[in-house]
Parts: sequence; C-alpha cells; structure tokens
Amino acid sequence: MTGLSIQNISMRFDLPNGTSVQALKNVSLDLKEGELMSVLGPSGCGKTTLLNILAGFLAPTEGKIVLNGETVRGPGPDRGMVFQQGALFEWMSVRHNVEFGPKMKGMPKTERDIVTDSLLETVGLGAFKDKAVYELSGGMQQRVALARCLANDPDVILMDEPLGALDALTREKMQGLVLKLWKETGKTVILITHSVEEALLLGERLVVMAPRPGRIHKEYRLPFAERGVAADLRAVKKSEGFSETRDEILSMIWEMEEEIMGRSEAAV
Amino acid sequence: MTGLVILLVYIAIFAVSAWAVKIFVQRRQDKHDFTSLKTVTFGDESAVTPNRIASVVSIVTIFLIWGAFTGSKLVPFHVPGPFIGDTSFTYTAKNAAGQEDAATAYVTVHRIEDQATVPEIAPGEGFAKDIGAKVGAWRSGLIKVQSNDEGGNDDGYQVVAVDGQPILPGGEVSVADGRVSMTDKGTLNFTPKKGLQMEPIWMPSPEAVWNRFWEIAKNGYQNFSLAQHLGSSLMRVFAGFIAGSVVGIPLGYAMGLSGWFRGWFDPIVEFMRPVPPLALIPLVIIWFGIWETGKIILLFLAALWIMTIAARAGVSGVNITKIHAAYSLGASKWQIMRHVIIPNSLPEIFTGARVAMGVCWGTVVAAELVAAQKGAGMMIIAASKFQLTDIVIMGIVLIGVIGYGIDILMRIAEKWLVPWKGRS
Ligand SMILES: Nc1ncnc2c1ncn2[C@@H]1O[C@H](COP(=O)(O)OP(=O)(O)OP(=O)(O)O)[C@@H](O)[C@H]1O
Ligand SMILES: [Mg+2]
Repeated sequence: MTGLSIQNISMRFDLPNGTSVQALKNVSLDLKEGELMSVLGPSGCGKTTLLNILAGFLAPTEGKIVLNGETVRGPGPDRGMVFQQGALFEWMSVRHNVEFGPKMKGMPKTERDIVTDSLLETVGLGAFKDKAVYELSGGMQQRVALARCLANDPDVILMDEPLGALDALTREKMQGLVLKLWKETGKTVILITHSVEEALLLGERLVVMAPRPGRIHKEYRLPFAERGVAADLRAVKKSEGFSETRDEILSMIWEMEEEIMGRSEAAV
Repeated sequence: MTGLVILLVYIAIFAVSAWAVKIFVQRRQDKHDFTSLKTVTFGDESAVTPNRIASVVSIVTIFLIWGAFTGSKLVPFHVPGPFIGDTSFTYTAKNAAGQEDAATAYVTVHRIEDQATVPEIAPGEGFAKDIGAKVGAWRSGLIKVQSNDEGGNDDGYQVVAVDGQPILPGGEVSVADGRVSMTDKGTLNFTPKKGLQMEPIWMPSPEAVWNRFWEIAKNGYQNFSLAQHLGSSLMRVFAGFIAGSVVGIPLGYAMGLSGWFRGWFDPIVEFMRPVPPLALIPLVIIWFGIWETGKIILLFLAALWIMTIAARAGVSGVNITKIHAAYSLGASKWQIMRHVIIPNSLPEIFTGARVAMGVCWGTVVAAELVAAQKGAGMMIIAASKFQLTDIVIMGIVLIGVIGYGIDILMRIAEKWLVPWKGRS
C-alpha cells in the first residue's frame, strides 16, 4: 500500500493554566503517491501542527499517520522538510548542506558528489557549490533547502511556507521551480502557504482548513498545477477558472477571519 | 596637585585634537561610502566607527604627558621640574642678650641619586654665622643654625625672620627657590620647590622603564629570565584554561541536553558564577598550597564556570528548525551532536573562551601577587617591595600587552574557525 494516509488526527495542547487548545480535530486525508497538495487556512488553524505531526516531531493525541503501510512514530528520512527559513547549516558550504542527508546515510563520496552536483544544477546553483550559505540571498537559500531535501530522496516532501519570506518576484520564480521539481521527481508534496494564489498554482489538491478546532473545511481538485508545468505561471493565473476560484477561497477565508475576530471581541 | 594638572592637560588635548582633526583632516576627505553618506549618525551605532587618528593621538598623548611630567629626554618639552642647584636665604636671629644679627644659609639642592657635598662657607661677622647645607630634590632638610651660631643653644636664642619676613615656631615663609618653615622647637626646615614633575620612585620616565625592560630582558630578575617569568604565567593560564574547558564544555553540553544534568548542576553553576576567582584564593591556598597546583586549580575554577555557561548557552541557542531538519534528513542523535549542535555552539564557546582567557590572565597575576617564585605578578610585587617603580610599571605594561595580545589572537582564531558567527 503506497501513499500517505492521515487517519482521524486530533491534537490537543494542555496549557499550563489548566485550559487546553484543540489545535486539530478529526482530520483525515489520503494522498496518493506523487500528489501535490496545498493547505490554506487562517492563522492558528493548525497547519503547522499538522505538518509537525506528519513529520513525526509531534505525536497526535488521537489518530495516526500511515506512510506506505507503516505507522509514523518519529521523524525520518522518508519525509523531507523544507522550512520557511533558518534551517540551513551556516557552518557548511552549499555543497555540504545538500549532501548532508546522503552523508548521514553513509553514501560514498563519489556517489554523493554526483547527486549533489546534478541537484545544484537543477536548482540553478551550480556556480555556488563552495559558497557559504550565509553569502547567498534568501531565494538562493531556499533553493539550497529544496536541493538538500531532494538529495535525501524522501517519499514525501513537507513544506511549511517555504516561500513565505521571499519577495514577490523571487517567489514567482521559486513557484515555477517547485512545480518543475515536483513533476520531474514525482514526489508526494504537501505545501502550506498563506498565499491563496500560491495555493492554487501549486496544488493539484487544495485543502482549506478552519480554526477552533482545526479541521478540514473544504477540499478542491484543481487543474492549475498541471497547466503550470507546461506553461508560464502568469498565463496560468489568467487562465480559465483561476480568478473565480481565487475569489471564492479568499472570501471563505475572509469570513473565517471575521468570525474569529468577532468571537474574540465578544470574548473580551 | 600634579594629578589635577595632568587631568586638565589631558582633557585639553582631547578636546583640542578632536577640534583640529575635524577642521584639518575630515573637511578634506571626500568619501562616498555608505557610512559617510549617512545623515543620521547620532544614535546609529553602526555609523560609529573608531576614529583611528583619535587612537594614535590618544596613545601619543599618554606618552607625551608621561614624558613631560617625568622629565623624560625623549620629550621636547617638560613641565617645571624640581629646583636643582645652589640657593640661599638670609635669616635673622636674636640671642640670649637680645641682640639681633643676620646670616645667610647656602643650600645645595641635589638629585637623590647624585652625591653632593655640603658647601664650605666662611662664618662671617657677628654671632649668627653663615651656614652651608644640602637637601635632596623633592625632600626637605633641617638647617641647624642653632648649632652653627654662637650661643645658638642658649635659652632665649631664636630665629625671628627669614629673608626679612618674620617667622614664629610652626610658621612658614617663601624664599627664592622654596619654602622655609620653622619647627615647633624653632629649627628651620628648607623645602626646595618641587615643580610639577613626578619623582622617579612615584613615576619613572618612559626611557627608565624601557631601559629597565632591556636590562631585565638581558639579565633576568630575581633568578629567572623575563621569558621564564612571563612564560610561567602563560603556562599556568593555558593549563587552567584547558583544564576548565575540558571539563566545562562537556558539562555545559550535558546541561543543555539533559534535564537531570541541568537540574543537578544549575544550582552549583549559578552559585559559583558570581563568586570572583580572587575570593577563592584563600581557600585554594589552604587546600592545595600556594605553589603550582594551587594556582592551576584556581585558574581551572575561574575558567570552568565560564566555559560551562558558554557551552550550555551554545546548546540552547540551536534553532529548533535546524534540529528538526537534521532529523528529517535521517541524522542519528550522535550525528546531530557532531554536525549540528557542536558547530552551532562554537560561536558561543569562542565568546566564552575569550572571556575565560581574560579572567584567567587577570587571576594568575593576582595569584602570583600572593605567592610565587616566578611570574608576571611576582615580578611586580617583588619590585614594589624595593620601591622599584620602573619594574612595577614595566610589569603592568607587559601584563596589559600580553592580555591584549591573547585577545587579539583569540579573535583571529574566531574569525578563522567560526566565520559564520552572527550570520544566521
Ligand atoms: N506548543 C504549543 N503549545 C500550546 N499551543 C500550541 C502549541 N503549538 C501550537 N499551539 C496552538 O495550536 C493552534 C494551531 O497552531 P499552528 O501553529 O499549527 O497554526 P498555523 O495554522 O500554523 O498558524 P500560522 O498560519 O500562523 O502559522 C494555535 O491556536 C496555537 O496557539
Ligand atoms: Mg504555521
């Protein structure tokens, strides 16, 4: 049985003051191998919590994650992570960052070099192999992070706002890169984002989450990622159905945010 | 008095050179780098770079003032020195019979280190006889006119005036090159003018210190060569520092990684941290004696807590996303320790090491002041017992230079070994 299965996950944080937060309630999802899913939702709806559970950094209070027939019990190299920023190792050169995973596995140097070189070529950093990572721009650093994740050849790639800290232009280029890598490698990808546009562009499937308790509000199947592989992303944004779907999701999230604000005002 | 003058001169040079540099140097510069184009510099710490001209002027000023106030030959101008040479004043004495007679006291004022002879003086007319005397510069000397004058030891004899100015026991008058005071018993006491220069036993001139440095560099001091003195201090520092690091860094890591270790050692570390190493000297002496073992243990303790705290902070400072990333890339605990936690903590450890080296160097000097056969601190304390101020100053300068040198070397090593410091 291949694929990633999220089975009835609930997560409750008990706070020191005796109350508790229901960050996730009864979340279930199934992803086939090679699917690209983006996750949207208002702030605090449990997206990061869900991703941390998938990665194995948190154990859910209920439910389980099954990857390729095996229950997830902790972090592992079968699930690669790409963080928003700050996850690269400054004390290593670009090359050593990328080859970190293979090296930990004990892959011999010649093989590592082949993997590293080809990946750095793919993300367009061939000329920066021996630079220190702190000498690179934010966009370049995220490309290193992508390459590092791919070098380890994970089954699933989990990304928590990987492009959130980039400027609009760089972000657009990186979106193209993510699509290209997804298509070339055929990995299962889950991508959390705050940008509705990005979620539409980079999601075959799109899940909108609702807060309090964190749960799946609505799910879409979208054609834009497929289109984006072939065409320019700007063209995709102008293509049929894009702006309608965007507006629909935007007003959905807007309503949720309104509701949260209203509720917390009432609580005050 | 001299101190106040030095302070005023120093402040004046500070202000005047700042003004002069502003007018003559900076006007002419036409730089367009980022900082010089900033219009808001007050409050922008990054725009405050040390003015290198100020640093040079600062050091030159110290030497000039030092030279000017110690009569150094290296400095072209001096503040007035003490009076040296021959001088005289007249005094008027009244004898038991009530007669008055005047005579002159001839005084040779000489440097302490020079030999001088009392001038031979013809006695002259009357019962008051002219008298010769010698007085050292910066000192004062009794002019015993009673034993020189006829009938000087009779009851009723007294000196009533000096240079025509009336004087009483306990009183004082100024004369040409100094002051004459009268003791309660009626004896005259001459104090030549001291000027503003300092006496060598208070503050030797720069060349005296330099010469002493060469002399000691060549011949050694107190049975050991200069290199042995300084080398033994350095060896103690390195031994103590390395021992402290070898124990402290793993301890700090353990405290950063295990709740049991942290709980166990937190009270001890937090308790020992504010105790200055100097306060441990008596206990260390009682337990381990005053010689090598005691000193190295003292320095070990001085370095231990600093390195422990630095390593602990280094571990706590690891960004959790880096650890998560490493786990997701399949690293084992040991690999995370080796490839993430240790390199990530190196900047903190280096900062700690710099602090620890500074504290150790200061502590070793203090410990050597208490007891040692050789060492930088021992040199200065031994010299101070003989009032060899030049050796004391030379020692202080060497201690400062070596401490500064250690810090510079540590900073170079830091740049080279942890270039990513402050870049995440
Ligand atoms: N360690 C924790 N302890 C207590 N509560 C937590 C903890 N982590 C998350 N929460 C709570 O769980 C809820 C979901 O948090 P989460 O970080 O998953 O939201 P998010 O959707 O990622 O938000 P954002 O879009 O702002 O990143 C929030 O209400 C948060 O306060
Ligand atoms: Mg989040």
